[in-house]
Amino acid sequence: MKVTIDGFPIEVEAGTTILNAARMIGGDIVPPAMCYYSKLEGTGGKCRTCLVQVSKGSEKDPRPMPKLVASCRTTVMDGMEVKNITSPEVIEARKGVVEMLLINHPLDCPVCDQAGECHLQDLGYEHGAAKTRYEFDRRTFEKIDIGDKIQLHMTRCILCYRCVFVADQITDHRIHGILNRGDHSEISTYIQKAVDNDFSGNVIDVCPVGALTDKTFRFKNRVWFTKPVEAHRDCENEKCGGKVTLWYKGEDVIRVTARKDEYGEAEEFICNTCRFDKKKTSDWVIEGPRKVSNKSVINSNHYDTLHPLPVVKTNPVLIEANKEQFERETRL
Amino acid sequence: MARKLLLEHINVPGINTFDVYRSKGGYAAVEKALKTLSPDDVVEEVKKSGLRGRGGAGFPTGMKWSFLAKPEGVERYLVCNADESEPGTFKDRYLMTYIPHLLIEGMIVASYALGAKTSYIYVRGEMMPQIRILEKAIAEAKNKGFLGKNILGSGYDLELYVQPGGGAYICGEETALLESLEGKRGNPRIKPPFPAIAGLYGCPTVVNNVESIAAVVPIINEGGDEYAKVGIGRSTGTKLISAGGNLRKPGVYEIDLGLPVEEFLYSDEYCGGIANGKRLKAVVAGGSSVPILPANLFLKTINNEPRLMSYESLADGGFVSGTMMGSGGFIAYDEDQCIVRNTWNFARFYHHESCGQCSPCREGTGWMEKVLHRLEYGHGKMSDMDLLVDVSKKIEGNTICPLGDAAAWPVASAIRHFRDEFEWHVTHPHEATTRNFGIAHYADPLPKLEEAAS
Repeated sequence: MKVTIDGFPIEVEAGTTILNAARMIGGDIVPPAMCYYSKLEGTGGKCRTCLVQVSKGSEKDPRPMPKLVASCRTTVMDGMEVKNITSPEVIEARKGVVEMLLINHPLDCPVCDQAGECHLQDLGYEHGAAKTRYEFDRRTFEKIDIGDKIQLHMTRCILCYRCVFVADQITDHRIHGILNRGDHSEISTYIQKAVDNDFSGNVIDVCPVGALTDKTFRFKNRVWFTKPVEAHRDCENEKCGGKVTLWYKGEDVIRVTARKDEYGEAEEFICNTCRFDKKKTSDWVIEGPRKVSNKSVINSNHYDTLHPLPVVKTNPVLIEANKEQFERETRL
Repeated sequence: MARKLLLEHINVPGINTFDVYRSKGGYAAVEKALKTLSPDDVVEEVKKSGLRGRGGAGFPTGMKWSFLAKPEGVERYLVCNADESEPGTFKDRYLMTYIPHLLIEGMIVASYALGAKTSYIYVRGEMMPQIRILEKAIAEAKNKGFLGKNILGSGYDLELYVQPGGGAYICGEETALLESLEGKRGNPRIKPPFPAIAGLYGCPTVVNNVESIAAVVPIINEGGDEYAKVGIGRSTGTKLISAGGNLRKPGVYEIDLGLPVEEFLYSDEYCGGIANGKRLKAVVAGGSSVPILPANLFLKTINNEPRLMSYESLADGGFVSGTMMGSGGFIAYDEDQCIVRNTWNFARFYHHESCGQCSPCREGTGWMEKVLHRLEYGHGKMSDMDLLVDVSKKIEGNTICPLGDAAAWPVASAIRHFRDEFEWHVTHPHEATTRNFGIAHYADPLPKLEEAAS
């Protein structure tokens, strides 16, 4: 089946969603996705950030679709033409969705462990407005410990339902879910029952924001001060592949996560033993440093040479103004 | 006086019992359909009748039935949507309370047409008396051999169940209704697949409103062509309108579609005019989710033609100067009503009822409610109106189910038509909390078209 996205044609199999077709093309035309997770069945369609415009339905029925569609849940038809970043309506709608997602978000990024690898941060940076128009109190919740390893900070949650699908599909039983309705709905467990399962830690990895955080890593460090390294071990759990990313601070492993691809999705889910208990270098076989995009904030502190930023280098006024600081930094 | 098709015998004492209903010609449609017609004939009759869905969207019922997938060896279901929770609409409750056998007769005929062996009536959970009435009526019909195995010796089996609803407005959305009926949380499903392909328990399913199913009875009794003669244009047949608000005679009325709006509002046969000799200020024509119109635009279309109670005429002028038939929840506002307060009230409802699944509706409805609350209580700003319009645009069309649209339309239309009143709430904050804006120019005759253009 042939589908054209923002003018880029690609051949895909029947049943592929528009989002996955766009990911095959790659680059700027890939719609952002906050709730869709390709490894989990049935996710998607909820956050509405991946809305695209279908300007031609298919070869057989060339009528455009009347509304914007969620690209993660709409399958391609032969000859379909899709507009993502070339459509002003899509840009406008996406801006609206980002604004909606942020109106009840606490924006406590300076103290949030997810900062630096948060999808909502990226989304807000790339598609949102600089200033909010919301002038009311934000919805807040108490922090809840679910089990001794995971903390739920519901205030930050964007209700993507990913962690619910993880519990359904990866762990053997689900004891948390959505309570209530509308903007007071919350992820919770009945009488705060502990989530205790071999694979429960994966809810941390799939959470796009800082709502579910690793208690063994909480407030230990900022992501961009740590150094990611790929590693593996022979895990005694059959379902766990044991392929992980270790996050080093100096000599110490301070966090273990699943390996994530460029869309922030875990390649393989890992078990709780690997995630929480194996925090010594001797537990692991190191494969090498993890490749991190040079656009990522995680990269910025490690391999930074002490050169001034490109924008400063070309602007004589800024060079003059920053001279003193440059001197100090070069001395360092 | 126009002939009634649904409520003809509504005033007969004991019409809620099987025997009286039968003696008034009830269950004739079941006999006719099962003994003389094939299922496809029934669908054909409904198609010919031009019956349009009475639940709000107005999609032709016959078409919907013919879209139903019919794979071999897979159950098919008919589900009756009696989760009537739209503010302003109470026609289905009336029908189920007083003439339950009409719905059951319609269910039998419709299930036969679709080949469903099991059918459900999903009744709003708050309507417990109606649930009991329906259950009693089903037991009566079953005793007389109109339900169960081998109905009237035709070899057709049907079991009919009543399911109390989950107690949420969203459960009236067809896919959320199916989720709820399956015993899950009533969240709308992401379409496609549509229920006609994969609905209840993954099987092909048709979901119809109570009134649409009841209307099948006169269609079968008199034939689709006869039914299509009632009404006007593509709006055929009769429609139940639940009239409420500041009317002299509020209640449920059966009208022929195409009745002039003015006649419906002011004639003694129907609403009998505005209560207490006041003047009409605004009308919500089809339940809280349709756009609100000021009196002058409601009585006349923008082309100065009288407006009729029909799907097309009410929608005349699109969203700029028209509204929608909706579910027939007709609410009239007299000169003493505050449109800002009313809009806030509607927004509050949608905020409360949003399921919270998709972000624009979950967050946007709460936002609109808060801004409207601020306006109503005199803390508003001039920029709030533009903000509300913008937020409503961001919600509309970007959500999984139509609840987002339903939340956005009343707000957007109220600001479009009653902007003066909103602005007055900002400029006179103290006065706005003590008295109402009044009727202003909302009932003035519309300007001639040439003037409007200049």
